[in-house]
Amino acid sequence: MSETAAPLLIAEGLTKYYGRQLGCRDVSFSLHEGEVLAVVGESGSGKTTLLQLLSTQLAPNAGYVRYRLRDGVTRDLADLSEAERRFLFRTDWGYVHQDAALGLRMSVSAGANVGERLMAVGWRHYGRIRGTAVQWLDRVEIDTGRIDDPPITYSGGMRQRLQIARNLVTQPRLVFMDEPTGGLDVSVQARLLDLLRGLVTELGLAAVIVTHDLAVARLLSHRIMVMKGGEVIEHGLTDQVLDDPREPYSQLLVSSILPA
Amino acid sequence: MEPLLQLTGVAKSFTMHLQGGIWLPVVANVEFAVASSECVALAGPSGTGKSSVLKMIFGNYRCDAGEILVRRDGETIDVARAGPRAILKLRRTTIGYVSQFLRAVPRVAALDVVAEPLVAAGVGREAARMRAGDLLARLNVPERLWGLPPATFSGGEQQRVNIARGFLPDLPILLLDEPTASLDAANRAIVVDLINEKKKRGTAIASIVHDDDVRTRAADRVIDITRFAASGAG
Repeated sequence: MSETAAPLLIAEGLTKYYGRQLGCRDVSFSLHEGEVLAVVGESGSGKTTLLQLLSTQLAPNAGYVRYRLRDGVTRDLADLSEAERRFLFRTDWGYVHQDAALGLRMSVSAGANVGERLMAVGWRHYGRIRGTAVQWLDRVEIDTGRIDDPPITYSGGMRQRLQIARNLVTQPRLVFMDEPTGGLDVSVQARLLDLLRGLVTELGLAAVIVTHDLAVARLLSHRIMVMKGGEVIEHGLTDQVLDDPREPYSQLLVSSILPA
Repeated sequence: MEPLLQLTGVAKSFTMHLQGGIWLPVVANVEFAVASSECVALAGPSGTGKSSVLKMIFGNYRCDAGEILVRRDGETIDVARAGPRAILKLRRTTIGYVSQFLRAVPRVAALDVVAEPLVAAGVGREAARMRAGDLLARLNVPERLWGLPPATFSGGEQQRVNIARGFLPDLPILLLDEPTASLDAANRAIVVDLINEKKKRGTAIASIVHDDDVRTRAADRVIDITRFAASGAG
């Protein structure tokens, strides 16, 4: 983590209503390169709304998101053109969905799923694209002999690892993850978490991870934000919030974990 | 010389919202300092807040009042007021901590658990592994275990992995929470040697040690933590 550089992402006063229903209110934070923020809370707490606001898939009713682009200029994401936003999504950002089917093209080969992101940033040489795809499949522990199989034939854990490879192949600086281990078997979860943990550290990724699983937050994140009813009720160093939670709801969350 | 670590007016209490908002004061007005090359032992019966004090210094527990000043390269940082990024930087560069129990990460080999703080501080992975292996060997952790995740190790083996992880990086301040609790006499003696070597290199150490023998041989001063009992605490 660099100490002095400006933040990569700044959220200020983000607020979203769906009609009269509150999505989230007045969320502010900043994220630096290499920093992992976990957003925790139960269903309906506003976590996913926040992730969609940050990644410009939703427009806020109030507040803004600023991002420091690769050229070093920090811009308000609402001011980017649609083309600029798409370019950001294809190059500098990743988005890992809970349901891998949303983040993959299920009926084209695994190799093409990874290669497609490279072609989107201008790669044309087939041999290099395939070579890089092979490297990434290996890196996420997928048997490279399965490169020509479509992910529809993969298990849940493999699909999730393929989705991660597809996201990381363009070397993004920021990755959004929505319940990346949700719906997987415990042993599969552990493997995926370990893999994510290694990749995040090696690549110096910044990430915003939405999860209801505090073990995921403890393992992957530096900081944690606890949300309830659309608002951030507690925010701090991950082990501090988990070992010394201050708010009643945070204490409830922490005390609800079953000991292994 | 100015101490590397200085606590002034430090207080800690817990409010247990799930138990009807019970307020549990732990310590108040904690006041002590640790100089370079010095090992202090925090003493007092269990439940008097010794671990809580170490955890506040490490930034793991919040501090209700007072200052926890850490000096490093002419800079003074107050852990009690530092933000998450500053605390994480302190942990990489300044404050090491050996907890009572190893928090094992699934699938990570013992050797990498030990090497990790060095890697995080910028040492190459292979060099860090070599040094981790040397220390594990010194602590009598059999080499056949190095490649395995410590979750399945015995209590004593886990604790030695934990000690190796805490002692490997050369940080100016080291916090030890009962590092010898589950060790036999031979391994306790090795830990005493490790502590004394750290002191020679200038490390300031705050420790909790129940073993009288270890305390006599490693600690320069004893600080009675019951002096700082918060009113209402047992």
